[in-house]
Amino acid sequence: MIFRVKLDLFSSFLSVEKGVHLFSNKTVSEKLERILPLVEKPGRYVGGEYNVVYKDWEITDTKIALIFPDIYDIGLSNLGLQILYEMLNDRPDILAERAYSPWVDMEAKLRENKIPLYALESKTPLKEFDILAFTLPYETLYTNALNLIDLAQLPLYAKDRDDRNTPLLIAGGHATYNPEPIADFFDVFLLGEGEDILFDVIKVYQSWKKTDQAKSTLLEKLASIAGVYVPSFYEPEYNPDGTINNINRTKSYAPTTVTKRIVGTLPTAPKKFIVPSIDIVHNRIAVEIMRGCTRGCRFCHAGMINRPIRERTIDEIIETIQIALDNTGFEEIALLSLSSSDYSNIVDLVDQIGSHFAGENLTVSLPSLRIETFSIDLMEKLKGARQGGFTLAPEAATDRMRSIINKPISEDQLLTTAYEIFNRGWQTIKLYFMIGHPSETIEDVQAIVELCKKVLQVGKKAIGNRAKVHAGVSTFVPKPHTPFQWVATDSINQITEKQALLRQELRGKGLKLTWNDPRETMLEAWLSRGDRRLSKVIYTAWKNGVKFDAWQDFHNYDTWIKAFEENGLDPSFYTTRSRGIDETFPWEHLNAGVKKSYLVKEYENSLALILRDDCREQCFACGIIQNFGDIRRENPGPVWKCPEIKNKVSMA
Amino acid sequence: MKYQYRIIYKKNEPLRYTGNLDVHKIWERSFRRSKLPLAYSEGFHPQPRIQQASPLPLGFLSEYEMLDVYLTEEMDSIGLQTTIQEKVPLGLEILTIEQITNKEPALQVQVKAVEYKVFFLDPINENDVNEKIKNLMEKEKILRVRRKKEYDLRPLINQLELVTTATQPYLQMNLKSQEGATGRPEEVLSELGFSLEDTRIIRTMIYRSN
Repeated sequence: MIFRVKLDLFSSFLSVEKGVHLFSNKTVSEKLERILPLVEKPGRYVGGEYNVVYKDWEITDTKIALIFPDIYDIGLSNLGLQILYEMLNDRPDILAERAYSPWVDMEAKLRENKIPLYALESKTPLKEFDILAFTLPYETLYTNALNLIDLAQLPLYAKDRDDRNTPLLIAGGHATYNPEPIADFFDVFLLGEGEDILFDVIKVYQSWKKTDQAKSTLLEKLASIAGVYVPSFYEPEYNPDGTINNINRTKSYAPTTVTKRIVGTLPTAPKKFIVPSIDIVHNRIAVEIMRGCTRGCRFCHAGMINRPIRERTIDEIIETIQIALDNTGFEEIALLSLSSSDYSNIVDLVDQIGSHFAGENLTVSLPSLRIETFSIDLMEKLKGARQGGFTLAPEAATDRMRSIINKPISEDQLLTTAYEIFNRGWQTIKLYFMIGHPSETIEDVQAIVELCKKVLQVGKKAIGNRAKVHAGVSTFVPKPHTPFQWVATDSINQITEKQALLRQELRGKGLKLTWNDPRETMLEAWLSRGDRRLSKVIYTAWKNGVKFDAWQDFHNYDTWIKAFEENGLDPSFYTTRSRGIDETFPWEHLNAGVKKSYLVKEYENSLALILRDDCREQCFACGIIQNFGDIRRENPGPVWKCPEIKNKVSMA
Repeated sequence: MKYQYRIIYKKNEPLRYTGNLDVHKIWERSFRRSKLPLAYSEGFHPQPRIQQASPLPLGFLSEYEMLDVYLTEEMDSIGLQTTIQEKVPLGLEILTIEQITNKEPALQVQVKAVEYKVFFLDPINENDVNEKIKNLMEKEKILRVRRKKEYDLRPLINQLELVTTATQPYLQMNLKSQEGATGRPEEVLSELGFSLEDTRIIRTMIYRSN
């Protein structure tokens, strides 16, 4: 028997209002009442937001905590978590609650008072849930994930959680397409889109729960679900030089390759967004208008792993916005996709939103627009408001670099567009660039400077001295499952030199520059293409106090370097080393839907400066149709941008 | 034409740690969810016309909050209350809604005094507290410093007493609340030797000029 401790501050209130049956633990609620006045933004830790779901713990079969291991202010608006929250709570036999990372002040108070981290809805300690499901969209959350497991008072290593009564820890999201660096801490990773696979996992969990079988049996059963990766069933074997010789399966029932899961049609979009009671980063309705991208930019992780494109219809988008507005009262709507301009009926969509929601004082944002004057028309249709800047992402400033990364843009067109943006009333243009590709020369960086200055000049021509250019220059991190998975990361010295040039040149009236701390880039680079040996490094870094790596003012670097030393690993092995085309990667057994041969071809094209077109014009056989032909056949028509499959094709 | 409605409501857990600006936002969204014909301000960034009587500090609960909202259509107050109550988050409980037809000065200007109940999280010695209250109220001046400026707290305290009940004793205080002359419960508590985090403060009334 597990004794359940309830941390409800509000038990009497809730039980009257919502019929929720809660035990009260007087000591703990007294403790929380005394702690909350002493921490920054205590509203992060109390729950009770509009549209949250309260369910009866005692009569619900399966309890899941959805966890975003960053602070509430960032985590609450995560669309993935919102999708799953609604889908799971729609099921009568499932209860889904939420948890986020407490900020350092609250963490100290929780530890000091020995209060286990709890879920916001019922204040139940996380360790009493059946499943803890982590969303990991970026690698810099790994240390926070560890910290959160520890705050939940659970053993960090999966092997130490073999007790049937400890929750099953699963993780998914963009940063789990190479989960090897955190393989030791999680029981299961879900590869790909979570909408279907999570229910498959729950089904297996529920039937296992009725038995008295060991946790290892649960893992064995889960491993048979497509897209489920049980890391403990695999063991990498290393070469003397530290590269991987082979990834051996330790269980015969573990699949040789785990292929990501996709949904053929986007499931119903969330409509009951949780409305926070305090101010957070993104206070808005987010509607995913399409998933995937056909552009094929070679650096882009999201563009490679989210294939294929699947669009929502305009009717569905309008209906979603209408219902979500009724449900939330939000004043802002974000239409999300990787490349808004590529949505098939973007003009129609924007027109219809304009006519449907006219006079409602809404702000509609449409990110990721192509560099063409047409994009300005779109923005103008959405709303007259020209506050904030107009954002364009040329990424590179020379034709050579544009051919390498496969993002062709003509400078003339950029300048024409920029002139028109200023001319039509915007005063600031934000230009996003990327430095740090190994083929990049200092001349390519200098060209970024020149281009920004040219844009400022057309701005001055259009509106005089009010014109401003804000250059956001990030540093490229090679990502797994992309054509650049073989290339080296720039060294800190190279990055610093390039940034010094930018800082020297991009100053003065009307110019502003932002850049990434190169030490943060290193961390992202180690973790992105890391192998399983990094689990020890991450553990050591965490043990020595590292957390909130995603936060500015990055002061964890030295602790990270020491953690590498302590575990006898060389950080540069993961960064500045370029990989041979035949190297076995730590993620070799994980299939993100694009074929390795396609990635190799694209890597070669980048070396040969060969551009490739948008793949909706011509299919380059990236592997999506080969991997998911059946799903394409079941979902014919223009919603996907991949070629139609009429008959069964033989894969031989 | 604009129609003015006055909402008297309670602010309960879990909104205890939602600050004043955020409470304003919550009402705005609740009204939009209720599909009320909100009157907006003029200008480049039109905002719904909503006024709160007196900002409630973070961490305080309230049994009596007051807010005015302006609509472009006349509505039945009772129907309005039912409609809105369904659309507010946990922690907002509407006590009354009435239409204001007479021309009044802005709500904030009308506020004269505010009454609070203060409960203690630890047991207290009642005699001791009564003695401290007596001493405090007998003082001619209670000089304190707020934001580097000296001020006298004594004239800001209209009333202060320890109320004994069958369950739990509490402090009841009535403090002046006007521009440039506002007494704060935590200042009174500090004079009595208590710190804020050892108490639970509930606003019980807002007194206005008419």
